[in-house]
Parts: sequence; structure tokens; C-alpha cells
Amino acid sequence: MQLSDIKEGSRAIINHVGGNAALRRRLHEMGIIKDSEVYIEKYAPLRDPIELIVKGYHISLRVGEAQEISVKTVK
Amino acid sequence: MQARQLTIALAGNPNSGKTTVFNTLTGTRQKVGNWPGVTVEKKEGTIHKFDRELKIIDLPGTYSLTPFSIEEIVARNFILEECPDVVIDIIDASNLERSLYLATQLREIDCKVLFALNMADLTRSRGIKIDAEKLSELLDLPVVFTIGNKNKGIDNLLKKAIELAESDHNIIQHRKVRYSKDIEKSITLLQSFIEDQPRSSLAYNPRWTAIKLMEDDQIVQKRIRQQFGAGGEKIIAQSEVQRKLLADRFDDDAEIIMTDERYGFIAGIIKEVYTTSTRQRVDLSRNIDLVLTNRFIGFPIFLLLIWGMFQLTFSLGAYPMGWIENGISIFSSLINSVLPAGMLKDLLLDGIIAGVGSVVIFLPNILILFFCIALFEDTGYMSRAAFLMDKIMHLIGLHGKSFIPMLMGFGCSVPAIMATRTLESEKDRILTILITPFMSCSARLPIYIVFAGAFFAEQAGTVIFSIYLAGIVIAIISGRMFRSTLLRGADAPFVMELPPYRIPMAKSLMIHMWDRSKMFLRKMGGIILIGSIIIWVLSAFPKNINYSQNYSARIAGINAAYNQQIAAESPQQKTILEKKRDIVIAEIERAGKAEKIEKSYMGKIGKMLAPVFEPIGIDWRGGVALLTGFIAKEIVVSTLGVLYATGDSVESEALGKALQSSGMTGMGALSMMVFVLLYIPCLATVAAIKKETGSSKWMIFSIVYSTGIAWMFAFLVYHAGRLMGFS
Repeated sequence: MQLSDIKEGSRAIINHVGGNAALRRRLHEMGIIKDSEVYIEKYAPLRDPIELIVKGYHISLRVGEAQEISVKTVK
Repeated sequence: MQARQLTIALAGNPNSGKTTVFNTLTGTRQKVGNWPGVTVEKKEGTIHKFDRELKIIDLPGTYSLTPFSIEEIVARNFILEECPDVVIDIIDASNLERSLYLATQLREIDCKVLFALNMADLTRSRGIKIDAEKLSELLDLPVVFTIGNKNKGIDNLLKKAIELAESDHNIIQHRKVRYSKDIEKSITLLQSFIEDQPRSSLAYNPRWTAIKLMEDDQIVQKRIRQQFGAGGEKIIAQSEVQRKLLADRFDDDAEIIMTDERYGFIAGIIKEVYTTSTRQRVDLSRNIDLVLTNRFIGFPIFLLLIWGMFQLTFSLGAYPMGWIENGISIFSSLINSVLPAGMLKDLLLDGIIAGVGSVVIFLPNILILFFCIALFEDTGYMSRAAFLMDKIMHLIGLHGKSFIPMLMGFGCSVPAIMATRTLESEKDRILTILITPFMSCSARLPIYIVFAGAFFAEQAGTVIFSIYLAGIVIAIISGRMFRSTLLRGADAPFVMELPPYRIPMAKSLMIHMWDRSKMFLRKMGGIILIGSIIIWVLSAFPKNINYSQNYSARIAGINAAYNQQIAAESPQQKTILEKKRDIVIAEIERAGKAEKIEKSYMGKIGKMLAPVFEPIGIDWRGGVALLTGFIAKEIVVSTLGVLYATGDSVESEALGKALQSSGMTGMGALSMMVFVLLYIPCLATVAAIKKETGSSKWMIFSIVYSTGIAWMFAFLVYHAGRLMGFS
């Protein structure tokens, strides 16, 4: 499952971050790494970008970028 | 005795309160400039405290020190090359885990670091506890709590920084980040390989160099090649071997594994020093965001705020603009009465004061606009605006933040171009600067009103609206075109932090506003001054014009004739006659002025350029007016007024009639409007483009591109219209 498939208001565990090298590295540096938990806070009014909460802070990504991140859902 | 000099660099994440700490430290004694060669802002300030001269440098806010963005390269190079005596890492205490990522990277470079755990008050109110002593012990560096916006802990921070800088504290290797066994093995191997190479001098610490090579760091590779020559290639080849080895073992790139391991190391520290009470508190910032980025009312609120900013900038700004204008005219008349007639006076009045004056009046706009922008930035709303607009702006290949400068372009391109400073990526900035002038600025409106009013009476509104729309469409097309040619390259990842909302500090807002205005006055002043003088020379010379008739003699004659008549009349008739006389004289003066412009260098250039304007249905008078429009678009209408014999007051109706009877066609008028919309922006805008792109190359490109596009579209409109049977 990709991060872009997760509904607003739910949690997910990062499985693998894909995409080009610059994006991967940037996401990793911002703390979006394997096994860390993210919370999907909301989608922007035009459904892109997405706002996430990770490691206690808020971050936004484009949907295209979220599609590169595979996740596991949590109950 | 000379006070000891120390250099202190402030590093930290964006939104960590770094700038607030810097402002608190240096106050108004700060200098804002650019880092050499790039358009990243450099702030520094020198203060005297504790018997020392402290030079404080605000490094660009970064999340990491990998050399991907210019900001990161600038920050890293400063630490590596300039070797500041001490680096203070400003950490948002409520965001400790992510902040420690940059901290671990700073720790790996050989420099003296201390931590300022900033916004300590906020952290406490959120129920977060940080064991500073433990943190200090674990990382072997001093840790100080600060509250930047309340000036708490700042003196203590400075004291500790000085202590550390002057101590012979050795950075102990084992306190640095430890990687897993396989990676450590590769690092050690590479490290000893580097140490074994014959070399003149190694700039950086070998372990750090080895780590960076493992991470495929292009800049370090380049340095290695420069320093070691042939040996460098061997080192890099060795690092490739090690990278390959790790990639096979971990099934991922070494730099990714190492990033993960740093976070693992950080997680270990967090576990020991960070406790948060289980009590769930109301997160005010999140609640504000529920409204401001709401699916239904987020956009209306955004538009309302932008509308408010626009109104403040241009409507409220109109009052002080009027005062400055009055001030300038009082100053002009003062000079007029003091100086004897002559060249110097003309140069001062018509050249310098008129030219520089026309730019200085933008100061209130700039002040208000930057106050609003600083407010948006400091409260945290700017990133929400980008969040809302990104989808739309991304269609042109731009970042959500580009929206604000482009919108400001409808008011005035100068503040709009200066507003692009909020964009982090240089490519986005240049792209936005190049297309912003196509947003039709308010100074062009009077021109449209004259032409649309005269030639499209009933549909004037629709025509003007279409012109504005055409500007937007051409901006979008140009944007897409530039993005896929000149400014190519993958979009910078959007990945953007949405910091908590904060109450801005008045001091920061003032400093921000003042910096911009100072820059505007100083730098623009130079270019505008020179430009004004050139334009004045072109329109005031040559001096010895062969007039077709002796205007002053005619005026004198008419004056004498009327005065004779007036003397003989009753008082009632006198006033009527006096008025009549003044009208006749004004008419002759205007004709004289028109001939003067026609025969000046400017007029000659206009006539020379007539073949250029002829295919787009504009005669030489229109051409001259367009040329003078380079000083400021406001001048176009008054030049036309002079040339078309309607007086230089902006009486659009009379001018419209004159234009119609001069043989200009409706399509010619439309072509003129299109040309005005697109052609070379005014002198002040050109100066702003040069300043903000940091290169004359982009300035010249912008001039050539916009004027070329203008001519092309004017030509298309003119001939397509004629082919379709319009005249």
C-alpha cells in the first residue's frame, strides 16, 4: 500500500521510501524513514498536497511524492 | 588592549527561532547582504560583550548539511572553510528528534558546537521535559536553554559560547555518531586509505571525509580530486568499491542506510533525555489550521487575506505616496526658484528629480508589502498559503509560494519581484521573476483606458479585461516553456514543514521591513539615477534645434497683442481675454515642446525605429511614447499627450480624439495595448530583476524576451485582426 492511499485521520508505518535520489534523501533527512509512524493530518482543499505528522511535527508532501512511499496500515 | 575577536556562527533548522535569537543578539547592528556568488541572504552583526568583539553570523536555515540546496552548501562551506570559533546550533526544543539530525552532522565536522534548546517555554507548556545535563553528557557538548523571543538565556548562551571557543576542548572521536559494524568497517578502511595517500595538506578531518565519500558527496569528491591529483582518483575508486559492497549487503544506497542509522542513534538519545507527560493538551496551532486550511473555507480566507494585503499595499500606500509626491514637487519648485536657468537646473529637475522621484514614491508600497509578507512568514501562514496554492502553481512548474509575488505583480512589478525572496529554490525564483512582469501592473492601466476608450467605446471593459487575461496566459505559457528549456531540472521536492503558528515579534517585523526598504533605496537608487540621466540626455539634446518657427517670438507677440487689448477692456472682459491668451500661449508652448521632442535624440531614435513599429500599426509618435515608457509606464500617456497636441495633462478624451484623427486604427490601438502589456518593464523593474537574480544576464534576457514577445503578439493581433476584416 502507498502512503497516498491512506485516508485522512489515520496512521501508517513507513515501509520503504522510493523515488529519485534527491527526494529519497530529503525525505529520510526529514525523518520519514523505515518503521517510523506517520499520521495523515489532512489533504489540501484541492486534494494535493498532503499534510502529515511525523516525529511530532507537521510536514507536507505532494501526492506524487507520497505515491513513492510504501506503508503498512496500523489499526 | 585590543578586545579579543571571536566568530560565532548560528546554525539550525528553519523555524527553529534562529533568526529571533540572531535579532535578539545583534539588534539593529546587523548587516544584510548576499553570500558570495549566490542569492542566499547573508546576515551578520558585530557586538561587543564580555570584553570581546563578537562577530555573529546567521547561517541559512537547513535541515541537514548534505549539499543538495544552495543553503546547505553555503552553511557547510562556511563551517568548513571559515572555521568559526564556535557554532551554536539553535534547536527547537519541542522538535528535538528532527533537530538532532542537523546536530549530529555538525558534530561530525571538526568544530566546536554548543546547543541552544530554544523555545523552552513552549516545550514546558506542552508537557515535554528534556534532560539537558544528560544530553550534554551524551553528546559531550554544552547545552543551554533559551527563549529567544523573551531574551531569556541569551547572555548565558553567549557566555558558554565564549567559554567553549576559548577552551582547548578536544573533540573526542568516540562521542560522535557510531554506525553499524559493516559501515564502520568501510569508513575505517577508507579513512586509513586517505591517510596513506601522499598529499600536500588535507583540508578536512579524514573520518568526516571518508563518511562524505561513502555518501557519494559530489563536492567532497571534487575537493579530493583537486587536492590529491591521481591519488584522488584512487580514493574515489576505493569509496565506490565500499559503496558497492554496502549496497549489496543492505540492498540500499549507503547514504540512505547512514541516514537511517543517524536517526537510530538519535532515537537512542531521545529515549534517555526526552519525556513527555501523557496528558493530552489542546494543540492550538492544529485548531487554527482546521480553519485556515479547511477544505471549504480555506481558500476564501486565503483570498480575503491576499485581498487585504493588496488593499493595504496599494490603497493605504497611496496616501504616503501622495505626500512624497507633494514633497518632491515642493522640492522641485524650491530648486526651480533657487537655481539659475541652465543645463544643471534642467538636469536636476527634469532628469534626476523626475526620474529618481518616480521610483522613490514606491517606498510606502514596499514598506507595507514587506510588513505584510513578514507577518505571513513570521506567523507561519506563508507555508499554509503555499500548501493551498501548490496544486495550481505546480501546473506552471512552480512552487505554491510563487503565487504571492505573481499576484503582487498586478500592483507593481518592483515589490513583486522583491517578494520572490521567499522562494527557496533559485530556479523557482528566477522563473517567477521572469514571468511576473507579464502580470499587468497598475501603471499600465491608464494607457489601456486611453486606447480602449477611444477605439472600443462600448466594449472598453471587455477589451481591458482580455488584455489582463492575455498577460496571465502568456505568463503561464512562458513559465512552462522556461521550465522545460532554460530552467530545466527535476522540480525541487515539495517536502515542506508546516511550522506551528506563532505570534510574531514586533522587533523582527520592523527589522525585516527596514532591511528591504534600505536595500530598495540604496541599490535601486544607483541604477535609477544613471538611467534617469541617460533618458534625460536623450530627450534634452541636441540643444540647438532648428525650430520650424520661432515659438518664443510668437508667444511674445501674442502676449503683447493681448495685453494691448486687455488694457483697453473692462475688468470683466479682461479676465476672459486673459484666459483666452493663456490658452493660445499654452497651445503654442505645447507645439514647441512637441517639436522639441520630435527633434531630440529621443525623437530621432523614435523615427529611426519607425520601421520597427510600422508593421504593428504604431506610428513614430507611439514609438517615442513607448520608449519613454521605459522610465515608467506612467509617462507613456503624457508623452502621447505632448506629441498628439492635446497638452500634457492626462485628459484621456481629448487624447483619444487626437489619436483617432491621426489615422490610428482600432487594430493599431489593440496592438499598442498588447505591446504595452508585454514589452520591456520599466527601469525600476529592470533594476529589481538585476538585483534579485544577481546577474545582468537574466536582466538582459528578460528585456529581450519580453520585448520580442511583445512585438510578436502585437504583430499577430494587428494582422490577424485585419485579415478578419476589422480595421
